[in-house]
Amino acid sequence: MILNIISIFLISTGLIFFVGGAVGILRFPDFYTRMHAAGKGDTCSMFLILAGLALYQLQVPSLANFLVVGKMGFITIFIMSTSPTSTHALIKAGFEEGVKMWTRDKKNNEE
Amino acid sequence: MLNFFVWVGVAILALMVPIIYRIIIGPTAIDRIVAVNVIGTKTTVLLIIIGMCFERVEMFVDFALTYALLNFIGSLAAARFFDRVNPTRLFSAMKAEEPKE
Repeated sequence: MILNIISIFLISTGLIFFVGGAVGILRFPDFYTRMHAAGKGDTCSMFLILAGLALYQLQVPSLANFLVVGKMGFITIFIMSTSPTSTHALIKAGFEEGVKMWTRDKKNNEE
Repeated sequence: MLNFFVWVGVAILALMVPIIYRIIIGPTAIDRIVAVNVIGTKTTVLLIIIGMCFERVEMFVDFALTYALLNFIGSLAAARFFDRVNPTRLFSAMKAEEPKE
């Protein structure tokens, strides 16, 4: 029962981070700031939701469930290492392609 | 608990809508690639939640793993493509600057 409550709390926190990432992608003015919201929010919320699901899965300890939880941990480690990598590669590609940065001057923001 | 998982899946699916909006109207092509990358991460989580709903997690976890791998490969390939397009642009910019000097 306590494990259920903890996993519900973790999954809800992860959903809040997902909402933050979606709002950031929708409303930020610039490619670079959008990338910031996408990379950080997604990685963190993915970790939280998978942690909650793994806790829920561990309530019935058996070999198959341990295997599933191990695979979930592998997915977490994999995404936590590859999401910053792909974010970096995409930002580098965008920077070299000459995407304009957003400034406070209204003049520079015309597209 | 099953109800909760179903609603979490519906919430994640609803959160994909603003990102699809960004894919459609994104001003540059790279914006679209970023949004596709984000949707891929969301889908990885959504697949495991679907597995929880059907109580076949041991099968759906493999799908999620494969999807995460493919998502990484896809975004890296797109980034490399833009890097490879880049030298042509630089070269043409250099050629355009030449007559000035």
